[in-house]
Amino acid sequence: MTATEQGARAYRAPRRLGGNGPRRAGGAEAGKGRRAASFLAPAIVLLAVFQFWPIIQTLLVSFTDSSGFNEANWVGLDNYLKIATDPEVRQSFLTTGIYALLFTPSVVVVALLGALLLNRKMPMRGLARTVFFMPFVMSFAVAALAWQFLLDPNVGLVSHWLGNVGVHLGDLLESPTWAMPTVVFVAVWKMSGFYLIIFLAGLQAIPRHLYEAAQVDGAGVLRRFTSVTLPGLMNSLEFVMIFALIAALQAFDQIYILTKGGPYRSTETVVMTLFTEGFGNLERGIASALAMTLMLITLVFSAIQYRWFGRREGDQG
Amino acid sequence: MTAVTRTWTGRILLLVLTLAAIAFMVLPTLIVLLTAFKSQANIDRWPPTLLPGAPTLDNFATILDTLPFARMFLNSLVFAGGVTVLTLIFDSLAAYALARIDFRGRRTLLLVLIATLMVPFQATLIPVYQIVADLGWVNTFQGMIVPRAASVFGIYLLRQFFVALPRDLDSAARLDGAGEFRVFWSIVLPNALPALITLGLFSFVNNWNDLLWPLIFTTTPEMATAVSGLSLLTGQSGTAPYGVMMAGALITTAPLVIVFLFFQRRFVEGVATTGMK
Repeated sequence: MTATEQGARAYRAPRRLGGNGPRRAGGAEAGKGRRAASFLAPAIVLLAVFQFWPIIQTLLVSFTDSSGFNEANWVGLDNYLKIATDPEVRQSFLTTGIYALLFTPSVVVVALLGALLLNRKMPMRGLARTVFFMPFVMSFAVAALAWQFLLDPNVGLVSHWLGNVGVHLGDLLESPTWAMPTVVFVAVWKMSGFYLIIFLAGLQAIPRHLYEAAQVDGAGVLRRFTSVTLPGLMNSLEFVMIFALIAALQAFDQIYILTKGGPYRSTETVVMTLFTEGFGNLERGIASALAMTLMLITLVFSAIQYRWFGRREGDQG
Repeated sequence: MTAVTRTWTGRILLLVLTLAAIAFMVLPTLIVLLTAFKSQANIDRWPPTLLPGAPTLDNFATILDTLPFARMFLNSLVFAGGVTVLTLIFDSLAAYALARIDFRGRRTLLLVLIATLMVPFQATLIPVYQIVADLGWVNTFQGMIVPRAASVFGIYLLRQFFVALPRDLDSAARLDGAGEFRVFWSIVLPNALPALITLGLFSFVNNWNDLLWPLIFTTTPEMATAVSGLSLLTGQSGTAPYGVMMAGALITTAPLVIVFLFFQRRFVEGVATTGMK
């Protein structure tokens, strides 16, 4: 046995880089594990109790008919079959997709442009930054209230101003066509400030000498953007893209406050349906299955993004 | 773009765009601020005006008369502040391990953490409530704070910044015999100040503004936060007059604006003093 072990070591030893013996390399590995564990332990214990375990429970409940009215019975994949065949639920997945397609690119572009603008030298830059961050500081309830008031066809200032130049909006939130773009608009207005902070922090972490070097080489503004700014922002961009998409797929607050999913279910997203089923109809089984399905979909899209950014990181390193 | 910024028309165009963007961002904030001081008669008048004709404090008086607002503010401060302090400590420790220690299983752990973000929090609300209830923590500060004391989002955010910090920063310290915690505390953390302030702001604002969480975990008005308490005023129908709702929005948002203005300076200073410019 010892001989085999030594044989295995002898076989593996040449594959290691550097002059370290296999025993020492193994010791360093274990040391790293121990050090990492002591840094990770507090957060992981908390997450295990308040996130991982509740998610496992949600997964288990999704295979039962648990509701406010009966004892939970194991029903296998019934809830998932119901989700796949119910036209209204399928519609809510489609609506979530539309929301994500409208929201994610818009918020990334607005935040990036805003960050580039606010990173420039300009008079009253501090004040301008504050103005852009303000919506992020507001709650969705306040943001929704403000826009609702501005767009109100009866007392709204924006509808009045637009009416003066011949544009009559009508009641946007009551229109099946315009309710969704309006919700997206308010969400972009509210959220872009946060992603802007991430981009700004990323921009400021790019070493200035890179720009100076590029300038010496005669690179113009556009060239400096594509070869210094954009590569330097990849970590921030990865973060913003992944989280903007997750936020979009889980859209709830803005819809709950502005439209409650209407008119005619035109803004009824998956989490809105989940909330109605879970807390309104007390159908915990269905709500849990919806959550798991949404998680699976989010996982697939995020994995695609993660791979794409992972490959880029690999290219650089 | 160089050509554009060089010409006068280009400069004016950029200025107009900037001003338009600022107006677009600031208008709703302004309307909350101004409508809070408007009387109902003033709000109902057509055509609507930006400025309140005769400013009034009636809307604020209505709120202060109906709710124990000082206590609710204190609750908000303890809840949002408590979560923020704890999450900064736990998240930065975990993020350090994920960014700077090459331990086995790091990639897997990172993927598991990201996967948990993909479960909408409304879905786990019931199991989380059950755990808090089993601990006997309903209607207590620890019940509101502890479940949020570590955040996957924060760990991921800080990890992204820690990864981007140059490795040669800490190799010098390591040569001097500094241990892992010392590298974390005196090299990585000071250099990540902007990221820490960003996460701190995010956490504070998010929890201060949260409506559903305090509504579910508190049962008495004495434990309600300012934002959740305000919803008691409007009720489920949300039929409170615009003026009162705007006044409520203003007094619950104002502290966040002050916190933000304070840290906005620190945020820029933090970047300037880290030598990363």
